[in-house]
Amino acid sequence: MRRVHFNDIVDKVREMCMDANFNLSADVTAAYEKAIDTEKSPLGQEVLRQIMQNSEIAAKESMPLCQDTGLAVFFIEFGQDVSIAGGLLSDAVNEGVRQGYSKGYLRKSVVEEPVFNRRNTTDNTPAIIHTEIVAGENISIKLDIAGGGCENMASLKMLRPADGIEGVKQFVVDSVRNAGANPCPPVVVGVGIGGDFEKAAMIAKKALLRPVGQPNARMDVASLEQELLKKINQIGIGPVGLGGNTTALAVHVEVHPCHIASLPVAVNIGCHSSRHKSIVI
Amino acid sequence: MSVKKMTTPLTEDVIASLKAGDRIEISGVLYTARDAAHKRLVQMIKDGDKLPFDLRGQVIYFVGPTPARPGMPIGSAGPTTSGRMDPYSPYLIEHGLKGMIGKGGRGKEVIEAMHKHKCVYFAAIGGVAALLSKRIKKAEIIAFDDLGTEAVRRIEVEDFPVIVINDVHGGDLYKEGMSKYSIS
Repeated sequence: MRRVHFNDIVDKVREMCMDANFNLSADVTAAYEKAIDTEKSPLGQEVLRQIMQNSEIAAKESMPLCQDTGLAVFFIEFGQDVSIAGGLLSDAVNEGVRQGYSKGYLRKSVVEEPVFNRRNTTDNTPAIIHTEIVAGENISIKLDIAGGGCENMASLKMLRPADGIEGVKQFVVDSVRNAGANPCPPVVVGVGIGGDFEKAAMIAKKALLRPVGQPNARMDVASLEQELLKKINQIGIGPVGLGGNTTALAVHVEVHPCHIASLPVAVNIGCHSSRHKSIVI
Repeated sequence: MSVKKMTTPLTEDVIASLKAGDRIEISGVLYTARDAAHKRLVQMIKDGDKLPFDLRGQVIYFVGPTPARPGMPIGSAGPTTSGRMDPYSPYLIEHGLKGMIGKGGRGKEVIEAMHKHKCVYFAAIGGVAALLSKRIKKAEIIAFDDLGTEAVRRIEVEDFPVIVINDVHGGDLYKEGMSKYSIS
């Protein structure tokens, strides 16, 4: 049994939170370079250039890419042959978030309860933590920074099996159309098909963690991703909603087995600062 | 594409001259307020209390900035989604607010109030918050300190870049931009 110390997780999570908020990943930057060449609207092109310029300033000055430094969402794969010395996994992750958001001068955007007083917890905790027990002795931590503007545009629908693939396509495209300028396009669209009510939502979010534009390993799913991307970029929303043919940089679809009576579909939208980082301890 | 310069507070003449799609650089004072601050401002109006700043001719920027690093006036400061302010904006417009800066579309009631009382809705480029913060020269909290990032700030901007989305003549850049590039 491998032992990992509590403080190692705290330190890694702290650095991840800052890294995700200051540095756009290389996959995202590459997607912008490609999009600038294909965007038809001159204003849209300029917006894309400003997004790139913003990321240069953020990286150079350790300034957050966006003022909404988000809710920290973790997907953790925990090897069953590893244990943590000195405390609980969730405590270590939350302590890392607390330290990262304070040290990095990141905005604290979490309220302690949703409707009665909405008092800010002042340290951006609690984080959302999904854990999965896997084989091996590693701890893989993936972080997605979910800003409110795009997270609020997420949607889920329990389709009928008869609605089929066409029903799925319609729902995804309509969700992006209804979101309009709100989620700060060009977006990455995470789609979860199958599972049940909560599984569909979870895999839609997990889909956002894939490197931008990396296709699903299944050919049929990858081809659906391409078709959806084309349809979405025909809507015309464009960079930050000012019109253009770059509404999405990528569509990532994840599928999961489901009940014979069900066809759940979830759509989770990531903004143009697609902030995701992953590490293995 | 030419860029017009403009200073706050806004006059009726300037407002009438603005058209959806115009690119503007604003200099002068803006006030920041987002969800929680809007809720309080509207409650104060309903209760007949004096507001922390005179709304007449002013522009509100919907933003909740990141904390300022030592020696900086403000942290990253891009626009937040304006639609969440829709339940409150008509009250503020009725009491003299002349401009709003945010991102994303506005509801029917807000647009009607804007037309009736001559108010303009601008968008700043969402998410380029580090870039936009460079145009903010000063910032001070003037109300609702307890709200943290959502407190009302008086900020001084220089050549702050925005685009007119809804003018007082019925123009709507989001709709026009989308229909121009829509092929579905």
